[in-house]
Amino acid sequence: MEIIAQRPKSLTDLQFTYCPGCTHGISHRLIAESMDELGMRNKMMGVAPVGCSVFAYKFFDCDMAEAAHGRAPAVATGMKRARPDMHVFTYQGDGDLAAIGTAEIIHAANRGEHISVFFVNNAIYGMTGGQMAPTTLPGMKTSTSPYGRDEKDIGYPIQACELLNSLRAPYFIERVSLLSPQDIIKAKKVVKKALQFNKEERGFTFVEFVSTCPTNWGMEPVKAMEWAKENMLPFFPVRNFRDRSVEGGE
Amino acid sequence: MARMTVDAEMCKGCGLCIPACPKSIIRFSEEINSKGYHYSECFDQEACIACKLCYTTCPDVAITIEK
Amino acid sequence: MAEKVLMKGNEAVAEAAIRAGCRLYFAYPITPQSELIEYMAKILPKVEGIFVQAESEVAAINMVYGASGTGRRVMTSSSSPGISLKMEGISYLAGANLPAVIINVQRGGPGLGDIQPAQGDYFQATKGGGHGDYRLIVLAPSTVQEFADMADLAFDLGDKYRNPVMILSDGLLGQMMEPVEFKPYKTEDELKQLDEQHFDWCMYPNEDEPNHHHHEINSLEIDPLVLEQHVIKLGKKYDLIEKNEKRFEEYNISDENDVVVVAFGTAARIAKSAIDELQDAGKSVGMIRPITVWPYPYEAIKNVLHDRVKKVVVCELNLGQMVEDVKLAVNGKIPVEFLGKVGGILFTPDEIKTKILDK
Repeated sequence: MEIIAQRPKSLTDLQFTYCPGCTHGISHRLIAESMDELGMRNKMMGVAPVGCSVFAYKFFDCDMAEAAHGRAPAVATGMKRARPDMHVFTYQGDGDLAAIGTAEIIHAANRGEHISVFFVNNAIYGMTGGQMAPTTLPGMKTSTSPYGRDEKDIGYPIQACELLNSLRAPYFIERVSLLSPQDIIKAKKVVKKALQFNKEERGFTFVEFVSTCPTNWGMEPVKAMEWAKENMLPFFPVRNFRDRSVEGGE
Repeated sequence: MARMTVDAEMCKGCGLCIPACPKSIIRFSEEINSKGYHYSECFDQEACIACKLCYTTCPDVAITIEK
Repeated sequence: MAEKVLMKGNEAVAEAAIRAGCRLYFAYPITPQSELIEYMAKILPKVEGIFVQAESEVAAINMVYGASGTGRRVMTSSSSPGISLKMEGISYLAGANLPAVIINVQRGGPGLGDIQPAQGDYFQATKGGGHGDYRLIVLAPSTVQEFADMADLAFDLGDKYRNPVMILSDGLLGQMMEPVEFKPYKTEDELKQLDEQHFDWCMYPNEDEPNHHHHEINSLEIDPLVLEQHVIKLGKKYDLIEKNEKRFEEYNISDENDVVVVAFGTAARIAKSAIDELQDAGKSVGMIRPITVWPYPYEAIKNVLHDRVKKVVVCELNLGQMVEDVKLAVNGKIPVEFLGKVGGILFTPDEIKTKILDK
């Protein structure tokens, strides 16, 4: 017998620091598998900003930079511009990208930086213990929206793909779901496509993962997947928003 | 023939692989790992069809599939 | 000798940085520093350099962080309020042992202040405007020539100690023209050497095992025991810099001095005029001009306070910041008097002379 599925080479051997059932580990694996399959590991540099996934700088087995909260797209810009012969990705959470880092992501996308941004949307601040995020759903209780998010008071969840889709420069924008094995298989194709375009220097690529946070949602991992399907997907439709590689891809 | 192997120390007992298996041949082990998690195990290797869905959904990349 | 060119300080330091091998520059417009970013926008592309106008000073310093992480020479510049926005990034650069050159063309503050020259960012630059135990090597020019020469020095010191370096200038030096001569451009070989000098720690093209490397550009150490050692190591580096890199100028220092002036940057220029006039009138006044304001040249001041010297006069374009370091150096031996000018206004030589002469 031969091994047909094992830990990708582009991941280090370290055990993830994430909670049981947290989908960060899945998105890590999809990126690492794609890096292996595309032979990008030796040319890749990644950026891991503050958040649960800051420790990704230890989990990806390529050169990694840890970055200040929200600043990964700027750090990635500096890295790619300094070593254009290498490939760059960022791996960011919803607070990082859609709150403190909004200016950085919009301007990196608007400049069409040749980087891939992987955006984990689990509608909450994980590392700091369950506070409200820009993607927290209306009525959703968190430690800083204890009575449920009141959209009349502080507005609606930010839809990052739709936001970036209003910019002309980005090459590829897609939202995927990690909420079932079948969704994950589809997501893998999208991640690989984004990194393929990265490898071919096509331009700015963006993938948003609809994800779960069992611990801070206060749910069992399997239940969290169900809850997210029912509550997150209506707000964050899973589809492609931009694919310049195909006609009519906008 | 196929084999699904769980790295008991890497597994955090999240249980996502259990409903993912179309053959329903994964369960929590009676044993616990050093962190106290009941890790997953396949209790009927013969029935495994190497579909890799357990590997696909495992957030800790704790599963290896052979065929 | 290269021929001299009449040039604004902002442009001269930009040209000097390019000649020093800087091919990456990220910044945001702000008066009185905009000539620098404009020069880089115009000239860098001609030498296959990279210029990006960032969306903010925060983004700019983080672009610098990323570029520095790949081992290449990189610079940014701004003025006072913009430098405040860069403080978190500067702390990250220091914490990750990253070289980078940051130029502050100071303006009147606090808050929006004005766009005139000032020296109100001394504390921020030398005592740490960002968080945590870190130090910035801070160079303070007082002529356009010195401003330009500091580009080369800043990059060399940054690479030598893997530390961010600030050039603390001001609107006068930035926007005034003086004759300048430049060092030659780095050769291709020198540039290649600069790009590869940090391959032991930076991010650069990788290989498979056994030569695979996993370099981490990082200041996070979640285990306190590890962070402890990391910060202790930073401290040892700062001690080494204090031991090796103090720079100052002695002006008209002699056994005849009965007053010693201490001033840096633009303030020192004006003080020199006052000292010259007093010397012509038969009164001997010396001056110590710190060139590095961190590491601060305390000993240089102590060494000139012989028995004839009755007092020290400190001149600054602020409410009194470096004067505290001078008091540390003098350590109560003789009186330390302070003459300050704020609002972006310069004092005149006469004002300094009056201060020196009054009992």
